[in-house]
Amino acid sequence: MIALLLRDLKLALRAGGGFGLGLAFFLIVTVLVPFSVGPQSSLLSTIAPGVLWLGALLACLLSLDRLLALDWEDGSLDLLATAPLPLETVVTVKALAHWLTTGLPLVLAAPFLGVLLNLPVPGFLWLVVSLLLGTPAMSVIGTFGAALTVGLKRGGLLLSLLVLPLYVPTLIFGAEVARRGATGMETQTPLLMLAGITAATVALLPFASAAVLRINLR
Amino acid sequence: MTLTVTDLAIARGGVPVLEGLSFALQPGKALILRGPNGIGKTTLLRTLAGLQRPLAGRIEGAEDQIAYASHSDGLKPTLTVIENLSFWASVFGTRDIQPALDAFALNELSDRHAGNLSAGQKRRLGLARMLVTERPIWMLDEPTVSLDKNAVQMFADAVRAHLGQGGSALIATHIDLGLNGEVLDVGPNKAKPKPIDDFDGGFL
Amino acid sequence: MSIAAKANALWEYANPRKFLATSERVMPFFWVTSITCIVVGLVWGFFFTPDDFRQGSTVKIIYLHVPAALMAINCWLMMLATSLVWLVRRHHVSALAARAAAPVGVVMTLIALITGAIWGQPMWGTWWEWDPRLTSFLILFLFYLGYIALWEAIEDSDTAADLTSVLCLVGSVFALLSRYAVNFWNQGLHQGASVMRAAAVTGADTEEKVSNVYFFPLLVCIIGFVFLFIALVLYRTGTEIRARRIKALLARERVSG
Repeated sequence: MIALLLRDLKLALRAGGGFGLGLAFFLIVTVLVPFSVGPQSSLLSTIAPGVLWLGALLACLLSLDRLLALDWEDGSLDLLATAPLPLETVVTVKALAHWLTTGLPLVLAAPFLGVLLNLPVPGFLWLVVSLLLGTPAMSVIGTFGAALTVGLKRGGLLLSLLVLPLYVPTLIFGAEVARRGATGMETQTPLLMLAGITAATVALLPFASAAVLRINLR
Repeated sequence: MTLTVTDLAIARGGVPVLEGLSFALQPGKALILRGPNGIGKTTLLRTLAGLQRPLAGRIEGAEDQIAYASHSDGLKPTLTVIENLSFWASVFGTRDIQPALDAFALNELSDRHAGNLSAGQKRRLGLARMLVTERPIWMLDEPTVSLDKNAVQMFADAVRAHLGQGGSALIATHIDLGLNGEVLDVGPNKAKPKPIDDFDGGFL
Repeated sequence: MSIAAKANALWEYANPRKFLATSERVMPFFWVTSITCIVVGLVWGFFFTPDDFRQGSTVKIIYLHVPAALMAINCWLMMLATSLVWLVRRHHVSALAARAAAPVGVVMTLIALITGAIWGQPMWGTWWEWDPRLTSFLILFLFYLGYIALWEAIEDSDTAADLTSVLCLVGSVFALLSRYAVNFWNQGLHQGASVMRAAAVTGADTEEKVSNVYFFPLLVCIIGFVFLFIALVLYRTGTEIRARRIKALLARERVSG
């Protein structure tokens, strides 16, 4: 289990592993936003929490099609399925590795990008907190989508189509926390909802992902 | 541990390919799978390895006993030989990868990235991966592809050593490996088309 | 005849032949009833009910909007049920019925969205309002698209049936979550829209006189849409079964040839 996690982290960090691509995408999206909506700092600070959440979500989405596809192509998934490790564990570990290499860096980068968009000062804490709570759900849901589309050629676009609607609740509550935090409103309700959705997703969805992966492997 | 297969029927993509297969694989024995291309040898190996559900029949003694090597080896080009091997070793709960390195003469390659190996060297690494699983029943799908004569010998020796330790092997191959094993020709077991009237199978 | 025997008899329709034979027998009834109901309901609704004192004649789009919206949701529920039947009992007809229903559902959702927009334009002064209900339907529309795309993308029929069934289950949970999330999300922005909507859409107007006048033609329209939906799904399921049989025959030919 730890071996699988370590291997995935190592693979992500080595050349060609794609680590940092999500971060770069996040940066570019954030930089492009003022170009498209105009440089007024009041407008930017209003939309900053939402834009950063959306940017993080899309950056996360971008890396999903590699999550299982590489292991599928080289036969690793077949071998893992015959190993003593249950597939539920495999998909959970894969999601964890994805979160560590994609979600967590996004969370850490978000405050710096918040500066670019003139995010109000109280918003920084809530942005980080909401992303920290929301990104694990994004990785787990993404793993489910990746498991659904793993055997398909050109599965990448389909993956986005399948995963984005599933991201709606997380996005709504997560961005709500960041938005309310930025304007100094109370954040407890959406924060609890976000935490609840993440907890339930992380606990239950790996079973669906493993089931789907089993179907795809046969 | 004897692998016993009784009246097995298997399907590829929902279409029955083989039926009425029965055989037993004793410890210390090898079984060579023969049959024309596309008859379902790969499907049979995948079914026995538990990756696919059979249509009908029984498979006994396969659970957690099978090390399966398909056409693709599950190797990561950006990891070194050692890293690749020790990953699979720890997944299967094995400590020592040295015997596997020795068996396929991978010692001097151990720090090379798998992506820099030649096709034959990669194949040897893939077969070494089988060794580190420490499972008694090997399922090999065309293991000698892209191996030169020397490496084929190396492979045959490894299988022989494995059989000598009480293991067994089911090998789909077209070449003669010089193993003392029976040949199982699955040609006669080709699935016959089903009669048209059939509940739920009414599609056929 | 015990209940158990009747329940058993229901499963006989899992046989494609039996299903085709029966559905072909009953389909004319569904077509005729649905078209009659829809024509009667629409004519009654459009020409024989008074204009609303506040909304004028625009209120009459209700006769298309509400039945389509109901069918959009019921179609998803039906797909959920048939997906479960497929996963548990492995009846191919059930999976194919889910596949056949999805395009019907997506069209119903689209009708609900478009009529909603047309209705919203004179009422709210805008073609689109991020009203929780409309937003939920937009999300439902996305779920339908993903579901259909997954069916189309996978070659092996059984795998496709399995994967779409799981997607339908997981999607249902997330669609429900989204519904609550959207309610929560828009409440904070503008609460006002919901009052008018609740009165107009549910037909449960506070003034009973008005409600009854609109309610009966609406009920006829809803019944018409239900039968239309059943007829369409039966028809499309029949098509799917035949397509599947052709595929099976071709595959058999390849194996034997």
